[in-house]
Amino acid sequence: MKKKSFVMPLNRLVTQLSNSSLSKVTARLSALLMVIAPVMSFAVQPIQHTRLDDRLEVYYVLDHSLPMVDIQVDFDAGSRFDPPKRNGVSGATAQMLSKGVQGERAGKHSQGSSALSPMDENALGQAWADIGAIFSASSSDDRLSIYMRSLVKPEILNKAIELGSREIGTPSFDPAIWSRERAVSISSIEESETQPGPVASKLFRQQVFGTHPYGQSVSVDSVKAIEASDLKRFHQQFFTPCRARVSLVGDLEASDVERIARTLLSRLPQPQSCATLAPLPTLPQVQALSQSKTVAKPFASTQAHVLMGQVGIARGDARYFPLTVGNYILGGGGFVSRLTDQVREKRGLSYSVYSYFYPELQSGPFTIGLQTRKDQAHQALEVVNDVLNDFVTHGPTPEELQAAKDNLIGGFALRIDNNKKLLDNVANIAWYGLPLDYLQTWTQAVQAVSVESIHEAFQSVLQPKRMVTVIVGDPS
Amino acid sequence: MFCSLHFPFSCRTLLVALMSWSSLSLLWAQTPQPQPQPQLQPHPQHQAPFQAFEPAGHGILVSHLANGLTVVVKPIPRAPTAVHMLWVRVGSMDEVDGYTGLAHMLEHMMFKGTPSVPAGEFSRRVAALGGRENAFTDRDFTGFFQQIPSSRLSDVMKLEADRFAHNIWPDEEFKKELEVVKEERRMRTDDSPRSALYEQLESTQFLASPYRRPIIGWMNDLDNMQPQNARDFYQAWYAPNNAILVVVGDVNPEQVLALAQTNYGDLPQKVLPVRKPRIEPEQKGIRRVSFKAPAKQAYVALSWKVPGFKGFANHDKMSQEDQLASKEALSLTVLSALLDGYEGARLDRALTQGTKRVAQEVGSYYDFAGRGPQVFVLEGVPKEGVTMQILEEQLKAQIQKVARDGVSEEELKRVKAQWLASSVYKRDSLFNQAQEIGAFWARDLPLDTSDLLIDPLLQVTAQEVQAVAKKYFSDDQLTVAYLWPQAIDEQTLKRQQKAQSSGELR
Repeated sequence: MKKKSFVMPLNRLVTQLSNSSLSKVTARLSALLMVIAPVMSFAVQPIQHTRLDDRLEVYYVLDHSLPMVDIQVDFDAGSRFDPPKRNGVSGATAQMLSKGVQGERAGKHSQGSSALSPMDENALGQAWADIGAIFSASSSDDRLSIYMRSLVKPEILNKAIELGSREIGTPSFDPAIWSRERAVSISSIEESETQPGPVASKLFRQQVFGTHPYGQSVSVDSVKAIEASDLKRFHQQFFTPCRARVSLVGDLEASDVERIARTLLSRLPQPQSCATLAPLPTLPQVQALSQSKTVAKPFASTQAHVLMGQVGIARGDARYFPLTVGNYILGGGGFVSRLTDQVREKRGLSYSVYSYFYPELQSGPFTIGLQTRKDQAHQALEVVNDVLNDFVTHGPTPEELQAAKDNLIGGFALRIDNNKKLLDNVANIAWYGLPLDYLQTWTQAVQAVSVESIHEAFQSVLQPKRMVTVIVGDPS
Repeated sequence: MFCSLHFPFSCRTLLVALMSWSSLSLLWAQTPQPQPQPQLQPHPQHQAPFQAFEPAGHGILVSHLANGLTVVVKPIPRAPTAVHMLWVRVGSMDEVDGYTGLAHMLEHMMFKGTPSVPAGEFSRRVAALGGRENAFTDRDFTGFFQQIPSSRLSDVMKLEADRFAHNIWPDEEFKKELEVVKEERRMRTDDSPRSALYEQLESTQFLASPYRRPIIGWMNDLDNMQPQNARDFYQAWYAPNNAILVVVGDVNPEQVLALAQTNYGDLPQKVLPVRKPRIEPEQKGIRRVSFKAPAKQAYVALSWKVPGFKGFANHDKMSQEDQLASKEALSLTVLSALLDGYEGARLDRALTQGTKRVAQEVGSYYDFAGRGPQVFVLEGVPKEGVTMQILEEQLKAQIQKVARDGVSEEELKRVKAQWLASSVYKRDSLFNQAQEIGAFWARDLPLDTSDLLIDPLLQVTAQEVQAVAKKYFSDDQLTVAYLWPQAIDEQTLKRQQKAQSSGELR
């Protein structure tokens, strides 16, 4: 109900109840799967990269199909840097960017710039709507991401860039507004604690990552402890051009790209040299589990939500491709994965069952998930364990590998066939420092995966005997 | 693709739309003899005469096979991909009592085989082609789709046409899949208090209209559903004269038409079951629903019966009544956008901000068009310490304010700017474009309705918005639903579960 990014009334006419699964994990999965892509019969437009003023990394694709542009700005300001006992600071910072910006006196921002009045949340909301442009900000473990979409008509685009620049650079973090937003957030956290899905996810993170930041979640207490001054401090510490990646896809010229990227980050402090910045806080290593752990919690629901998994890999891991292709076979490939076949197709135990690796800057989780009528939870879990054990022990068959390659390589173009999908890929390449020709070589990398490399990768990364299992809605 | 919180809403129909539906069905009913079979094209490569396509406007080409299948192509040669969809004009609204959930269950069974493609094989083949696939069921329609490299179009069309004509499976497959669908219901509805609330709201708001029943079906109807029910439903409704083929992407329209002819041209048309109008009687007084569920937040939904869009005055021959309804539907669309179309729109400002705020969240929703009746919904989560009754009053007050004071030109301009921009943005997605075409076809509206709408929406005046706010929001047309959150502590839960497990063998 809070989604204000605009939809034509008619889009809302359409539909529900797809036959598939995965709705729960779509966000994470798309982050994962989207990172993929190479060339088949058509030329992937080259990704260009420039480093502006020796500090700002910009990645872009000039695509002139539609008179619009999609922009993403990622800061190294994810929730992994939330201060202790204040989990939620990164997310709250993102949330507050569009809740008011400071005024500027003439010449303050750049030479000859005119004075700007402060704008409150309503003035900002209206200003975005007046030009039909979109701004949103969100935070994940590793990054705080800003997404913008605008038409490229200069009088519209220029306004969008100025608004975006002000929200990124000079948010007001008004304490009165934050105290209201905090109350709203607390209320929605309390609501989520009555739903089995979110409760299971939180428990799962906790069990897999322990005290590491990846294991922490926002809670009523942690959000209660957050003050507007925490957000201001977080913004000062982590919002810097030196630790940003700007990605753009759209109907622009290279010169527009530079101007837009510079303007978007121009209101942040510009250090003389990135080397002079205070270093980022050090984070602990992610620790592998030493033994299996099971948490079973009764819950007021008709279904049990079951999550199983352990620490997976970091994005830079050399086993990324064997694990990606292997997971397609295990539990990633929609209707055709082993898990779907055994849990859903053969036994009718769950509407949705899946597995995925979520590689992050540090080792992210490997997760298997399903929901089933409470009294079937243990049966479903047994099936999942058998499937996982068998896969890790024996690896895939050559036929399964071929089928996976057929889908991933054959369907490559579907991963980049519009601006938004391409932007997701460009932003991932930018964020993880993947090679600029990553899309061009992606199908080759998939092609190079063998039965053996999958087998080895799964053997070395997963230990079926040391899994975390979370059951929320436990029948016993 | 989901209406999110507004989950099961779709639609509403004015009398006349339903009448036109019934007359459409009648038309087929009066044509018991199938049309002469079309000449079969021996080769898929055969170039159908280009004249066979008529431009439907805005880059959309439309043609009809002799058996009544509508074939629509929107060529977009941006990347070597395409989306291929088959829509059937049958949804949950075509079910009858005791058989709710049947359209959706059949949609699931369409993946369960044909004589030449065994259960599970459809998905495996689409995957091997590099495709992604799924299907969906709404009140008004059922749809199946694949996103593919465009070079694979002929392969997926062959698969889709095969199951459209020859879907067949043993009872055992049905029984297993029924359990999957029940799990789907548990996840989407039974464990989702707000979805469950809307299910109750709709079944209270509508008495005669089939929109009163949940798409996924009542659990007890699922428990009692028989394999033959799905087979009969399939035989009755899956006919070329009740379907549309939509292809959007990097394709050659003539080749698509030739492929359609090859794959579907042979199928006989069917006499469709008569669609009864099932027109909702006039509501004469407020209705209220009280619903309790494990939750923390209370939640209020106000749903008014309002007119829906029937077509464009200059494109269709419409009755005066339909013309008025359509004009008012545009005004209601603008009204909803003014209330909740952007950050800081009217509802937010009035109810979620400042020292006197009464809500954590608020929203507005209008479903615009459908084969059944339309509704206009205001919803909200009250702030702690504020009763649902107060929030209800405050939500209503926002409509009354528009009725009394009107709206500003500035606001109007703003929502129109958003439409203009979104009309460009939506062209980024092949999938959305194909989906719009299918959904409009299912509702008997022009295929390019989403483009045609821009101009009339831009012409809506402040007076027209004020007029619909005055006219349609009386309590007599209103159904109100309250979600009363129930705290369930772990001890109680354990006791309940113990009692349950001792009394029940599984």
